[in-house]
Amino acid sequence: MSIADPAGTDVPAPTLAAAAPAPGDPVLNIVVFTAFILFAFVLVMRVRRRSGAATADYYTAGSRFTGAENGLALSGDFLSAATFLGIVGAVAVAGPDGYVYAVVAFVAWLVALFFVAELLRNTGRYTMADVLGYRLRKRPVRAAAATSAVVISTLYLLGQLAGAGGLIALLLNITDRAAQSAVIAGVGAVVVAYVLVGGMSGTTWIQIVKACLLLVTGLVMAAFVLGTSGLSLPALLSAAVANHPGGEAVLQPGLLYGGSLTANLDLVSLALGGVLGVAGLPHIMMRFYTVPDARQARRSVVWAIWLIGAFFLLVLVLGYGATALVGPQAIMAAPGGVNSAAPLLALQIGGPVLLALVSAVAFATILAVVAGLMITAAAAFAHDVYAQLMRNGRATAEEEVRVARRTTLVIGVVGIAGGILANGQNIAFLAALTFAMAASANLPTLLYSLFWRRFTTTGAVWSIYGGLTVTLTLIVFSPAVSGTPESMLPGLDFAWFPLSNPGLVSVPAGFLLGYLGSVLGRERPDDAGYAQISVRALTGAGLQRRVTGDPAAPPPLGRHRTGAPGRAPGSAPGRAPGRVAGPVPSPAAGTPGRGPASQPGGPVPAGPRGPVGVAGDPGRPGPPDAALRLGRNRPYRPGDAAGPGGPRR
Amino acid sequence: MFRPVPPGPSGAGRDLWATAADSPEFAELRRRLLRFVLPATAGFLVWFFAFIGLTAWAPELMSTRVVGDLTLVLVLAVAQFVSTFALTAAYVRYANRRLDPLADDIRGRLEGTHL
Repeated sequence: MSIADPAGTDVPAPTLAAAAPAPGDPVLNIVVFTAFILFAFVLVMRVRRRSGAATADYYTAGSRFTGAENGLALSGDFLSAATFLGIVGAVAVAGPDGYVYAVVAFVAWLVALFFVAELLRNTGRYTMADVLGYRLRKRPVRAAAATSAVVISTLYLLGQLAGAGGLIALLLNITDRAAQSAVIAGVGAVVVAYVLVGGMSGTTWIQIVKACLLLVTGLVMAAFVLGTSGLSLPALLSAAVANHPGGEAVLQPGLLYGGSLTANLDLVSLALGGVLGVAGLPHIMMRFYTVPDARQARRSVVWAIWLIGAFFLLVLVLGYGATALVGPQAIMAAPGGVNSAAPLLALQIGGPVLLALVSAVAFATILAVVAGLMITAAAAFAHDVYAQLMRNGRATAEEEVRVARRTTLVIGVVGIAGGILANGQNIAFLAALTFAMAASANLPTLLYSLFWRRFTTTGAVWSIYGGLTVTLTLIVFSPAVSGTPESMLPGLDFAWFPLSNPGLVSVPAGFLLGYLGSVLGRERPDDAGYAQISVRALTGAGLQRRVTGDPAAPPPLGRHRTGAPGRAPGSAPGRAPGRVAGPVPSPAAGTPGRGPASQPGGPVPAGPRGPVGVAGDPGRPGPPDAALRLGRNRPYRPGDAAGPGGPRR
Repeated sequence: MFRPVPPGPSGAGRDLWATAADSPEFAELRRRLLRFVLPATAGFLVWFFAFIGLTAWAPELMSTRVVGDLTLVLVLAVAQFVSTFALTAAYVRYANRRLDPLADDIRGRLEGTHL
């Protein structure tokens, strides 16, 4: 998506871009930045004192966040600098076409609400690989899922850090390349420190604070903007038309996308990759594990939808406000181009103080998003690759967290180095690339594994690696990388794929590869594993309490502090990988101490109802027969909503 | 609660997850979930790609004035937001009333906390 580089607009090209000074007072901005860094550091240190050192604390903050908190953190994680500064600028310069990205990025949350949030929370602990491990062979799918998470998060991180250079140039008036590199390194180092010290708790609180700051700032600015037009949206639009060189074109489509068939298909491709990609982004998926159950996961998405939707509606006002009050020529002439629209608007309506606030928010945005990406990539490597693949699940919690911290450092260094190298490059395609990768590799695998009985390990591996490869190949040979003046390598031309956004081809390819791998592979689907993942996903059984009689039940969530081998769902004993029907748990072993009531096949005595046994405590009697009435032999009557079990819990 | 079922004549065992998955209650839960999310997903995707398609292929139509300076493309963009909010609210209502009780029931049986 060419938000950061609205080439093809009929806005007059800036001629004095380099000469124009950055707006505002850099000293004031630096003071506000430093204040935010210190405030966030105090926050992270306070959080650290309250949380332990277990893997669950480091990766998912012990799943102790509420839905509202996680909803704020989700919006803080999702609304990057590109979505705030980029979309305001794109609307200011290109009108509705600039707003299409906001619509795509917002509607996509319905996929997360319907298919991802609750089902993922019910079945996983830290990563997507945990989910797949219930029904697929664990090692290959874990390697594939971890690869996907690390690749997508690192590429996203690279884009964020590289964009940070331009933002800092804009906000701090640093134009010297070496100084910009130093600031990128500084930003990276600050984030690494937060993630090392605070883990997921610290990351989440930074995201919450940032989301609040962003929303309040957006609200204040929108109020100012509407105040200038007498609280009238039509008056604001008229003022925008009057101040845009294209006149009424700023209210019509066509400034950014469309025209030729290729351009139209590119827009559809962007929309497809975006609408299916958001829910498959690893750092978004990981946030669903920071809440205790599916209901809170649902609540988090609902909060995120309201907050992100409200913010994007404010962005529309801010964008046209920037057109009306700053003007596209001034925006394009400022350092940072379209990204300078929101800061210039702040300067115009609120003076240097509001500008410093907006700059601090933009800066906080970079910190929060980068922190979320780092911890996601670190979790994928430390939990999936190190603890499960390299150590076969025998790593202790301390070892795993130590590796996660080292991975954070390595990813931080890679991100900083890549960000410095990529600074100034046109890498707007990285966002399109990561969204399309998430939509082509992660979403098909997740949907198939939750809803398709015949899905196999081969299908998952083909879908993940194939989806990643197809997406990467298409983008490398697309106009985004070479062949046009706006490409990353404008001097070369090896583009044969006509679209800058690969989603239109790569998403169907990801789904097709998952299907073909399952159908053509010799592996038989694991029906018992499918049964287990379906029941777990839809009901949340076994998430917080042990399922009586299931040897593979995970320990209660949030109280698991030892990280003993073989206790994660992905490495649970008794569920041998690839077996069609899991081993029949011996009745005696499976439900110890249950007495004759648990003898299979025998008549079920209608005993008196004893005290409800604590699930997972084999020493006490479980609830006797009442529940046994639920079974496949009892016809279900639609209409008895709660099922035949009597009172709802 | 669901119990392991002894191996049948085929020798294939059935664990309690499979028993639960085959229960009519679970079939009903799954049916209720899909009965909402499949049409809702199809609906919002069609509506969303209609917006994208119109923006790409019918810019003249999308430039039509609706009220004052407000063009159709802006109205439809905001309508995407409204429909997303509405669908979210509808899903939450549906899940609270039709999905959660049944899911809680099945989970209670599996975890043995259900009387």
